Amino acid sequence: MSLVLEGVSRTVGGEVYLDDINLTFERGEFNVLLGLTEAGKTTMMRIMAGLEPPNTGRVVEDGQDVTRVPVRKRSVGMVYQQFINYPSLSVYDNIASPLKLAGLDKGQIDRLVRTEAERLGIDHLIDRLPAELSGGQQQRCAMARALVRDARLVLLDEPLVNLDYKLREGLRSELRTLFADRDTVVVYATTEPEEALVLGGKTTVLHEGRVIQHGVTAECYRHPANTTVTQVFADPPMNLMPVVVGDGEVSVGGLLRAPLPGHMKDLAPGHYTLGVRPHHLYVAGADNLVTLHGTVEVAEIAGSVTYVHLEVNGRDWVVEERGVHPVHPGERFDIHMDLNRAYAFDSADQLVAAPDSQRG
Amino acid sequence: MEKREYQWAWLMVLPVVLVVAFSAIMPLMTVVNYSVQDIFGPDSRFFVGTEWFKEVLRDPQLHGALIRQIIFSAAVLLIQIPLGIGLALCLPKKGPWVSVSLVLLALPLLVPWNVVGTIWQVFARPDVGLAGVFLNSIGLDYNYTGDSVDAWVTVLVMDVWHWTSLVILLCYAGLQAIPDAFYQAARIDGASRWAVFRYIELPKLKGVLLIAILLRFIFSFRIYAEPFVLTGGGPGNATTFLSQRLTTMAVGQFDLGPAAAFSLVYFLIILLFSYVFYLTILNMDREG
Amino acid sequence: MARIELNHLAHQYAPGGDYALQPMQHVWEDGGAYALLGPSGCGKTTLLNIISGLLQPSEGRVMFGERDVTTLPPEQRNIGQVFQFPVIYDTMSVFDNLAFPLRNRKLGEDYVERRVTHIAGMLGLEDVLKRRANNLTADAKQKISLGRGLVREDVAAVLFDEPLTVIDPHLKWQLRRKLREVHEQLNLTLVYVTHDQTEALTFADKVVVMLAGQVLQVGTPQALFERPEHTFVGYFIGSPGMNFLDCQVDGSHAVVDGERIPVDPAMAEAARTAGGLLQLGIRPGLIRPAGADEPGLTVKVDKVEDLGDYELVTGHLGQHQIHVRLEQSEKIGSDGLRVVFPTENALLYADDKLVG
Repeated sequence: MSLVLEGVSRTVGGEVYLDDINLTFERGEFNVLLGLTEAGKTTMMRIMAGLEPPNTGRVVEDGQDVTRVPVRKRSVGMVYQQFINYPSLSVYDNIASPLKLAGLDKGQIDRLVRTEAERLGIDHLIDRLPAELSGGQQQRCAMARALVRDARLVLLDEPLVNLDYKLREGLRSELRTLFADRDTVVVYATTEPEEALVLGGKTTVLHEGRVIQHGVTAECYRHPANTTVTQVFADPPMNLMPVVVGDGEVSVGGLLRAPLPGHMKDLAPGHYTLGVRPHHLYVAGADNLVTLHGTVEVAEIAGSVTYVHLEVNGRDWVVEERGVHPVHPGERFDIHMDLNRAYAFDSADQLVAAPDSQRG
Repeated sequence: MEKREYQWAWLMVLPVVLVVAFSAIMPLMTVVNYSVQDIFGPDSRFFVGTEWFKEVLRDPQLHGALIRQIIFSAAVLLIQIPLGIGLALCLPKKGPWVSVSLVLLALPLLVPWNVVGTIWQVFARPDVGLAGVFLNSIGLDYNYTGDSVDAWVTVLVMDVWHWTSLVILLCYAGLQAIPDAFYQAARIDGASRWAVFRYIELPKLKGVLLIAILLRFIFSFRIYAEPFVLTGGGPGNATTFLSQRLTTMAVGQFDLGPAAAFSLVYFLIILLFSYVFYLTILNMDREG
Repeated sequence: MARIELNHLAHQYAPGGDYALQPMQHVWEDGGAYALLGPSGCGKTTLLNIISGLLQPSEGRVMFGERDVTTLPPEQRNIGQVFQFPVIYDTMSVFDNLAFPLRNRKLGEDYVERRVTHIAGMLGLEDVLKRRANNLTADAKQKISLGRGLVREDVAAVLFDEPLTVIDPHLKWQLRRKLREVHEQLNLTLVYVTHDQTEALTFADKVVVMLAGQVLQVGTPQALFERPEHTFVGYFIGSPGMNFLDCQVDGSHAVVDGERIPVDPAMAEAARTAGGLLQLGIRPGLIRPAGADEPGLTVKVDKVEDLGDYELVTGHLGQHQIHVRLEQSEKIGSDGLRVVFPTENALLYADDKLVG
């Protein structure tokens, strides 16, 4: 039971929106579609829904080719970034609308609408008009409408992006429970790495119309397939630096020379890109750490952590350090790096060594 | 590939295509047919090739009507577009007066075209009409049935009264769509009222204005009922525009061949202008 | 440049109606970076509009330095403003956009040229100066908006109304970094409105947390994080927010559903004096796992979420739900998670207000 995209491509006016997408989405799984604005997320969802046909390739639902089956004949629920409800209908009638179209009888509709409204915590607002609701409540209403008829495919296109931070946090953690017991393919598009991690399930990283990684969310995070993933699927992005590996050492010009850490021992001599997460760089030195010099550009203090932005060997780096560390722009700054936590990417930017530790 | 996707869509529009075929394309073909024949009666007609076209293009009466038509349409655009923008800018943006002014503005648009002519015919009469009597009483020698300048002015004023509302309403809708932040930013940047208009309002109205110009051009270029009722094309031929000349030719003189050739030329002019607009709008989308 | 003083400021949209802004008295220092943080409808945008002059307060005065600007329109206040959605003049080049505020003030073309080049260099816009502003990306457009504020040397303050809403996450970092740099270089007073705690905390020297027209706390990011003065501040800042557990105070212990948790004795004393509804507050990240021989509290674990760099445990302490943020390699036992609430991080609240 699944939705499969086979070699799906979409070009509009010479511009490539999607390029040879091959993916399988299983029922009962939470699928996150992660990518920057214009990475192709919305186009992919539109093709999955049948709102737009691909130029080549097939969309297969449970073994059946549905590529050219229009959206009305499929079983799809969709939630958008904007809060889309029928403005003249009450919350109740909004949620009931897809059921009425499906021709269910009154009693059944009533039962389903009330159950769904309750699950989304808007059962007390059922007689109000959408305009009388807050943004969060409006989006809950739109979600209830998308979910109420147990569609085989539910697509959520950045549904939380227009909500306040705290509302987003609340609804996000509810979402997983909301879909946990449903026999449906759920796809959730977002630009935010943190959202993907909280939602869990599987993640597909899209970039410029291509799938650059697909797998279990936490796995993708810990083993970013290439340097692009390290920038799209990490907030702040991973720090990168070109290095040379040879003679059991890793070196960067005169800046750094250190023995290769265990997980990089098997790398052939040559040029690589080293990746280090901001929170694996430390202000304080220790025996197992190697030291790098940088120039402070700015520091951001965010309550429990300080982000120090530095220029290291011509690159913009970020250090995430617990606690508050006042630093001054222009200051020369030593940072300490745990090579055992570093990633290595080859000259084609593909991951060749990841830290052994359980967490990236 | 692209074509196959839209097959179903083609099927859906087929009924409309058929209706249009009967109501527009077939008459058009008839006109084309007439334009290349000399018709004396139902059974006696001769093929004359491009003869009618040559005649029509040389006909001084038509040249006159065409020139008047172009001047009229140009005057309509030059008056109504700036006036429409100006009045749209003056309208209230919110509050109870919004709906009142919108309804008042929409009124002239609701009046049937020939009635507009009748209204102004009475209104402007120098003997009993309010405007005519008033103008004469302040010492102007005004008589639209006798003086060609007066007739022109009357027809123009009538058209402005009738159609400027359309431009105002379109511009008003366009102005309402500009987010407040733009005005706030301009105030903070110290922009003058003129700069706000020039750099915010006018660029944001570009699309709406193109539509307004296109509509006003097409409507004014084929104007018929109002001047026909008001002046009957007179005095002399002073306010005889293309469509009226065409009617005289086809219905009055029954010169079906030349009339057909003429209407094709007429049609091509409007088509050409609309096409230029179509390209402009398309180009604008690409830029934006 | 100026310090901003809000003198007995309050605002009602309609006379006799509800206060959109409760009366307040604040001084924002010259050259400071301030963030107004709160949920929708808390009054932060109203306050920003009063500072920018788009709105006149119904009560009180707004001072820029020694100058009373309460009744002045925006154009006379020497401010710059960056809006939620990029506001640019579509038909102009980037250069002309940046030059616009200067040309409106009839400054010489030589000066305009110099100034625009300088600001464009600072914002990294020098390569696109000749391009039409309309065709640029959202982050470049926001830089242009910012640049139009900075280009005037007499600018007293730059105001930001959720300027990163339309920017991709990885570009947000770059743009924020740019903002900080500009702030360090020009030493301008900046006021930044947002509902996003990360943005507020990373941007500002001082964060003003608002709720329902009221300022709940003004403090450094560190203070807001470590010692929130109001339960709402604790909840709103931090993701997930602070844990609050209803408690009683017994001696120098807080008692939560029979569990005795040691707290600062002075604070316990203050809580007893204050009375009202007492709550114990602690950050999910400041709870630490108990050592092997250490007495600890046992949290029943309901859910563990793997968030890549850390794990978020949702569990129960007695009847109360509690979040604990676990660093890597900290194992959860079969009977639950044994934790310690460090005394310096366990705070007491009486009727939502921090005691002591």
